[in-house]
Amino acid sequence: MMRFNFLAMIGSVILQFLGAVGRLTLFTAQGLRHCVTPKFYFRILGRQMLQIGYFSLPVIGLTAFFTGAVLALQIYVGGARFNAESLVSSIVVLGITRELGPVIGGLMVAGRVSAAMAAEIGTMRVTEQIDALTTLSTNPYKYLVAPRLIAGATMLPLLVLVADIIGVFGGFVVGTQKLGFNAGTYVQNTIDFLHADDVISGLVKASIFGFLISLMGCYHGFMSKGGAQGVGRATTNAVVSASIMILCANYLITEMFFAQ
Amino acid sequence: MIDQPKISLSGVQKHFGPKHVLRGIDLDVPRGQSLVVIGGSGTGKSVMLKCILGLIRPDSGQINIDGQDITGLSNRDREAVMGRMGMLFQGGALFDSLQVWENVAFGLIQGKSMQREKAREVAMAKLAQVGLNAAVGELSPSELSGGMQKRVGLARAIATDPEIIFFDEPTTGLDPIMADVINDLIVKCVRELGATTISITHDMASARKIADRVAMIYEGQILWHGPASEIDRSGNDHVDQFINGRADGPIQMQVRKL
Ligand SMILES: Nc1ncnc2c1ncn2[C@@H]1O[C@H](COP(=O)(O)OP(=O)(O)OP(=O)(O)O)[C@@H](O)[C@H]1O
Ligand SMILES: [Mg+2]
Repeated sequence: MMRFNFLAMIGSVILQFLGAVGRLTLFTAQGLRHCVTPKFYFRILGRQMLQIGYFSLPVIGLTAFFTGAVLALQIYVGGARFNAESLVSSIVVLGITRELGPVIGGLMVAGRVSAAMAAEIGTMRVTEQIDALTTLSTNPYKYLVAPRLIAGATMLPLLVLVADIIGVFGGFVVGTQKLGFNAGTYVQNTIDFLHADDVISGLVKASIFGFLISLMGCYHGFMSKGGAQGVGRATTNAVVSASIMILCANYLITEMFFAQ
Repeated sequence: MIDQPKISLSGVQKHFGPKHVLRGIDLDVPRGQSLVVIGGSGTGKSVMLKCILGLIRPDSGQINIDGQDITGLSNRDREAVMGRMGMLFQGGALFDSLQVWENVAFGLIQGKSMQREKAREVAMAKLAQVGLNAAVGELSPSELSGGMQKRVGLARAIATDPEIIFFDEPTTGLDPIMADVINDLIVKCVRELGATTISITHDMASARKIADRVAMIYEGQILWHGPASEIDRSGNDHVDQFINGRADGPIQMQVRKL
């Protein structure tokens, strides 16, 4: 009897999981379809781009600067004192553009944006505003989801580009001010080691992360039920799942780009 | 075709989990008439409206609008049918990221592709009809009182002059004078615009004023259905108890006496 219960429990967990995967897949397909079919809500797209792109700049700038700075410091104290000048600058630029820019940028924006989206859309769901949209001849996927997906996928690469520049600058500041490197050599080393591939792979990652961030925010918002508590749960779930998805996707994309 | 009802429900059922909310609703609303649905709290009145609107898919049964069954329609076709309906939600459901006038003008701008300036004028006119001035139009919904929100929701529901309008408790939370203004407005929508309306209300004064016909829902079914003039002579104990608001009678509320 115990064993039967145990099996039933596993079964129900698996069923729930499959149900969730199915719902998410359908949701994603719907959202993508409405990204490419008219009509387009440019006003809302603009507002979301501002919200995701412009208003995340301070957060992104600060995190990138300190990430670059600490990276330079760690590489230097971590035993790279010989030949330090070329190593520090090259590792900083590679680390930032390939990994840390997109991942840390993605995680910061996930915390900021997917939470806000889930809260806003979740509130609209529980107060029947999403139903009201439908009765006013407006498809909620088109009006709410599509602009956010597009804004996420386009704004995050721009943010990460900014993060790359500021992160490298952070490393440069520590290198020249604290570690006593020559500024000209540092810049030269950075440019020598920097390949377009590194930046591009970082930006592709960023675009996918941006999509995932918006997707999770919208999905959990849409599915929320049960008043303020439900919205709170949706917000948490959105941030957690967006962060996990970013880290998983990061591995997969890196594998695709660099592992031959 | 004159005899074909505008809205017709037959055998509409809806479960939420184990809860059997609608147990076979049969209801006809003739074109250009105002039906008032009464019934106890939690008996499924709002759910019934959402089924007709296509927001909730019923488990079984048919819902015909102008003779066309809408339960099996594709999304695109259903959107076309919905474009002809307006709804005042029980909780208002105003878009709180938009200003009041943008809420009212939403269906005009998004659904009918009207220019913003023009839609704004129409919205302000509709707001005036529900007793709100232009200054209110510039506010955000969260800055309004409950009764004002209700009236904005009403203005939004009628802004596109829909053929079918649903009012979910239009006068709840309004003072008696404003409630009567709203009653007049609903009557006017029916008389002047030729709209077909279904209103849910617990306010019997309002029901008497706006109803051509009355239906009472009880335990997920239509218990009584007839012309408004016959409501006092329905010969049904449940209806009598409800319209006179008596605690004693065949309808027992699920409350424990202290
Ligand atoms: N989305 C939903 N999920 C689960 N149960 C629901 C849902 N919507 C409504 N219900 C249940 O259906 C029943 C009927 O709800 P409904 O909102 O239609 O009541 P009502 O007749 O409009 O009541 P009131 O007069 O208080 O507004 C309630 O018991 C409610 O718990
Ligand atoms: Mg209700």
